[in-house]
Amino acid sequence: MNTSALLTLIVLMAMGGFYVGRGRAIRRARAASQSLHSLPGYYGHYVALAVALPALGLLALWLMLEPSVIRHLVIADLPAATQALAPERLELFYNTVVNTARGRAIGASADPATLAAAAHYAQLRATGQMALTALALILAAAGLLFARGRVAPGLRARPAVERIVMGLLMTASLMAVLATIGIVLSLLFESIRFFDKVPVTDFLFGLHWSPQTALRADQVGSSGSFGAVPVFTGTLLITAIAMLVAGPIGLMSAIFMSEYASTRTRAVVKPVLEVLAGIPTVVFGFFAALTVAPFVRKMGEAAGLSVASESALAAGIVMGIMVIPFVSSLSDDVINAVPQSLRDGAYALGATKSETVRQVILPAALPGIVGSFLLAISRAIGETMIVVMAAGLAAKLTANPLEAVTTVTVQIVTLLVGDQEFDSPKTLAAFALGLVLFCVTLALNIIALRIVRAFREEYE
Amino acid sequence: MMRAEDTARRLKQRHRAEKRFRFYGIGAVAVALVVLALLLGTIITNGVSAFTTTEMRLTVLLDPAIIDPEGKKNRDDLLQADYGAVVLAALQKRFPEASGRSERLQLLKLASPGARDVLRDMVMADPAVIGKTITVSVPASDNIDLLRKGKMTRAEAVSGAKLNERQLAWHDKLAADGAIRGTFNARFFTAGASREPELAGIWSAVVGSFMTLAVTLVVAFPLGVAAAIYLQEFAPKNRWTDIIEVNINNLAAVPSIVFGLLGLAVFLNYMGLPRSAPLVGGLVLALMTLPTIIIAARSAMQAVPPSIREAAVGLGASPLQVVAHHVLPLAMPGILTGSIIGMARALGETAPLLMIGMVAFIVDAPASPMSPATVLPVQVYLWADSPERAFAEKTAAAVLVLLAFLVVMNGLAIYLRRKFERRW
Repeated sequence: MNTSALLTLIVLMAMGGFYVGRGRAIRRARAASQSLHSLPGYYGHYVALAVALPALGLLALWLMLEPSVIRHLVIADLPAATQALAPERLELFYNTVVNTARGRAIGASADPATLAAAAHYAQLRATGQMALTALALILAAAGLLFARGRVAPGLRARPAVERIVMGLLMTASLMAVLATIGIVLSLLFESIRFFDKVPVTDFLFGLHWSPQTALRADQVGSSGSFGAVPVFTGTLLITAIAMLVAGPIGLMSAIFMSEYASTRTRAVVKPVLEVLAGIPTVVFGFFAALTVAPFVRKMGEAAGLSVASESALAAGIVMGIMVIPFVSSLSDDVINAVPQSLRDGAYALGATKSETVRQVILPAALPGIVGSFLLAISRAIGETMIVVMAAGLAAKLTANPLEAVTTVTVQIVTLLVGDQEFDSPKTLAAFALGLVLFCVTLALNIIALRIVRAFREEYE
Repeated sequence: MMRAEDTARRLKQRHRAEKRFRFYGIGAVAVALVVLALLLGTIITNGVSAFTTTEMRLTVLLDPAIIDPEGKKNRDDLLQADYGAVVLAALQKRFPEASGRSERLQLLKLASPGARDVLRDMVMADPAVIGKTITVSVPASDNIDLLRKGKMTRAEAVSGAKLNERQLAWHDKLAADGAIRGTFNARFFTAGASREPELAGIWSAVVGSFMTLAVTLVVAFPLGVAAAIYLQEFAPKNRWTDIIEVNINNLAAVPSIVFGLLGLAVFLNYMGLPRSAPLVGGLVLALMTLPTIIIAARSAMQAVPPSIREAAVGLGASPLQVVAHHVLPLAMPGILTGSIIGMARALGETAPLLMIGMVAFIVDAPASPMSPATVLPVQVYLWADSPERAFAEKTAAAVLVLLAFLVVMNGLAIYLRRKFERRW
């Protein structure tokens, strides 16, 4: 039985269990002319949970452990010569086996050892699935019998059910933590494997990035072609351009909205600005490639400059447009949080509105504004689609905004999209870049939140 | 005297500075609005033309000698028959002057490869039409389409080697006969991806998006609401729950592409789930949407006044009953609003889906969440990358469809908020 059918069956059994439990509770209470401790429905839920939880738990456990268990068994059964392969070769061999067994192999020229292992793999999976089905159904049935037996008017069903539900709620809140742990672990593991092949220092400080040429074994590592500095500088260049666009526009519109605009203007303009935040980034990317990049190129050529068709300037401008709402809405919030008494004080001293803004409000709101800028920078660094569609692929160490540069996110996408073998340093490099990206954005966010929080305490 | 003059001059300066500053503010807002208008304007002007397409009326003899030489009307034979030759014969009858292999090929290129599919579908639907001469509208090639819409001038067509002078002359004759005309492009909404721009549609991407979002909703909504209930109503204030909270806030700020890396490493490589599947895409987007839903649900529950909880407790409800019977129903509009906004963001997300291989070339709509699929934003990305010029308008049109979905979802969220939100 496949997993989804099993899942459906378990759910159906649990629903049946609900009616069994409720009906039995009512009947037994009537027979004993005794009142139930809890509402009848709770007895139903009690039985339903006893049916579903153990079986579903087993299912989840199986889904998580199955790959590694089967892998272990298949590898243990391989000929000694194959087992003696280097870990990466063994990994590759095993991937071929899995793909063959699942009918996804490329080309049919598999050798007999692979075919035998694939047959073994398929057989193990089939056995495992059968055992899982049997075990899950037995657990569900046992749960049904056990819980049904315990249903009696005196059973404290509500507290029991509530304890279980509380446990489930708590587990749900742990999922977010689990996701973070998953991100950190998957990035770390793959990065560590990458740093086995390419030293960390070469990666972080190397000046030459050309992952495509590293496919030949003799070039790996020693050639230094995984030096990520040009990728980092490209990211910084585009982010800097984006902030040059988004900073002034976002900040000035936040000032205008909170200090100058009438309530009516504000009610219209603010939602419209927020539309910018709701537009999918792929649309911005399309806009950049279709309109902005050719425009920048034409302008540059009119001025007698040579502009790459995928210039950093075009990508940066569009990225800046994308982050305007992040700067403006956060800055708007902090400017509004500046107490009115400060403004009144400045006006009473004869300051004009702009003097009040520049000399009183901005200094007071500065930490929050810095925080909003940092959040916008973190957003820009992690943004992918605009740069994938409008920035270049080749890493170039340059500060000239008219040339094409590449970014961390572009490299991750180009390294991982399309067919790849999973163990080449080329694909692992993407995870190392992802780790850097994760750490940098996380750090920026933590710093930004710290700054904003520190500011909040000032006026309380 | 000097001082008064000084003050007056300085006051003037200060007022000018004030005006300037105000002008900068208006300018900044104006720039942002103009850019937004420009963005939407570009996409609309580029995209609307994709909702029409060009058809070519041909008088076609469904020649039994080509389609069914043995006269057995065997379905497989009819399916395999050379309908291109039928189209060519019809065109040649109209333009007998075309001779030689290369000229015939040029002639055939006026019609889209979809023309043969149209004829095949007709024959398959009713094999009795074989042998009859019918007048039928078939899709024209993308170059003819661009020419009709004025997206390509004749000079460009020739210089870009899209259409040569001879083909243009044929086109003119057909146009003069009224045999070339624009119609509503229904194919755009019903077809899947295609290498031929005039045959490409968004249907398979829309179905893929729908399946992916369904998985996201099924996973993220219950988990998010459950987590929010625990954190908001029951969690003790200690270091452990602090960690969870900080974690959720940080998770909301992780770049989306990192979630794609997680999906690739865990769901594909470790758990061995199929590549390109909406199931995996949905799981990845669910992890991404989870923080949004948790944060929205928590603030919605926080807005429910304590008096409601106290009244329920006073009537003997258990803490869980208070939440399930009173707090949650009252907070539901807010939770739904937040969830819809989170789902809208997931709908527009592209980068993590590239990581898990949802960039496949998908002709048919996916049959199940386990089969390969693509989604609307990824389709936009793929089309935007295509070198054919005719794909530019398809891309813009797909963006329009995507934006329409987003407008509907956000409109629904705003409606829910207006209709059900209660202020206490």
